[in-house]
Amino acid sequence: MIRRFLDMPNDSTQKTIFVAAVLCLVCSVLVSGAAVALKPIQDANKALDKKRNILQIAGLFQEGKTVDEMFSQVEPKVVDLATGEYVADIDAATYDARAAAVDPKQNVVLTKEQDIASIKRRSKYATVYLARDAAGKVNKIILPVSGYGLWSTLHGFMALADDASTITGFGFYEHAETPGLGGEVDNPVWKAQWSGKQLFDEQGNIAVDIVKNADPESKYQVDALSGATLTGNGVENLVHFWAGQDGFGPYLQKARSGGEL
Amino acid sequence: MSETRKVLIDPLVDNNPITLQILGICSALAVTSSLKNSLLMAIALTAVLAFSNASISAIRNHIPSNIRIIVQMTIIASLVIVVDQIMRAYAYDTAKQLSVFVGLIITNCIVMGRAEAYAMKNGVGMSFMDGIGNGLGYSLLLIIVAFFRELFGSGTLFGFEILKLTKNGGWYEPNGLMLLPPSAFFIIGLIIWVVRTWKPEQVEQPDFKIHEQHALGDR
Repeated sequence: MIRRFLDMPNDSTQKTIFVAAVLCLVCSVLVSGAAVALKPIQDANKALDKKRNILQIAGLFQEGKTVDEMFSQVEPKVVDLATGEYVADIDAATYDARAAAVDPKQNVVLTKEQDIASIKRRSKYATVYLARDAAGKVNKIILPVSGYGLWSTLHGFMALADDASTITGFGFYEHAETPGLGGEVDNPVWKAQWSGKQLFDEQGNIAVDIVKNADPESKYQVDALSGATLTGNGVENLVHFWAGQDGFGPYLQKARSGGEL
Repeated sequence: MSETRKVLIDPLVDNNPITLQILGICSALAVTSSLKNSLLMAIALTAVLAFSNASISAIRNHIPSNIRIIVQMTIIASLVIVVDQIMRAYAYDTAKQLSVFVGLIITNCIVMGRAEAYAMKNGVGMSFMDGIGNGLGYSLLLIIVAFFRELFGSGTLFGFEILKLTKNGGWYEPNGLMLLPPSAFFIIGLIIWVVRTWKPEQVEQPDFKIHEQHALGDR
């Protein structure tokens, strides 16, 4: 049967279709085989990378220690975004907010007015990470943030000081913005600008902004990336969303008014 | 044996895919800002090139000529995806930086060029060797370019500090241009110049000569 096809002249219609079909079959088996076989290692890498990013953004990363060792200083906790209260009956170590965001039982669909970060839906609960100083007092709150830039959803973390307003670190661990333009959100110099800015003004309104030619003295302004207006808008929107009432607003409100962290 | 040797050694200098065939320039510009990225890219491309050449050569007598480019592309694309998956599993950090460029191996002219020019006409073993040879030629150039770019752009080699930077209290002010893709153009240009001065037979004949006009004296 195969012989019959192989013996046909190369340019006959049947042989062309036969070669194309067999080739596609072989190639797809190869590609899906590799993807399936390597998935566990890739997932482990992703999880490790996420932890490393949390540590780096929080400024807790030290050379020469394993990620898991360092991560033991960080305590994950699950927060009910609507009330800002901690949820005790969910294991924070295994809770996956990104999976929950696409599960109709565990998510909240956002209306157009709410959805400034263009994420369409968010999980009801979110994981926050608390870092403590030597005395056991919380000195950093690390929040997961995400939102749509130009091409892709950016996923990252924002680290706040214990006043729940001073930004101490900000960065993304996953995005697919244009390298060299929007991709510059990974640029350490740009990320360093966020450090020390205030998320909220004295009245508790969201105040941090990405603007062109930011005043370096300003507590609220971050200089925009040139050539990346849409990514910049996306980043600003996602910060506003997650700091706002539909994001971590209630939780941060409580933290600012001296609630237990 | 000497034929295999020729196929392996020739692409290093005498028939280098970048300096003589002027193929694969785009990726050479993009990934050479650090040696580590270049090395991984070089390994990835060499692997793809060798295996795509070998597999195309294996079925070369049965590829209908009217869909041959599609067949070559499908094979190359599958291999690239496999390489990308392997890198994501075993070299995650580099894969994150290189991911887009690894995908672009598919469009790297060297791979298609060798498939069409060599693998379609030669045996499996030799085609494999041709892939390795051309991959090494590409790697050699990538590493030379990356050596200069990383050394003068960030003062490091493979991430180790060689020239102490002023911002770390040293004396070397890094040349920012070296980290941007255009600097690779200059370096590749200089390398081509050096190679063609050393081996003048590589200089291309001009396609046409500009006819010498006699001055008409209208000045």
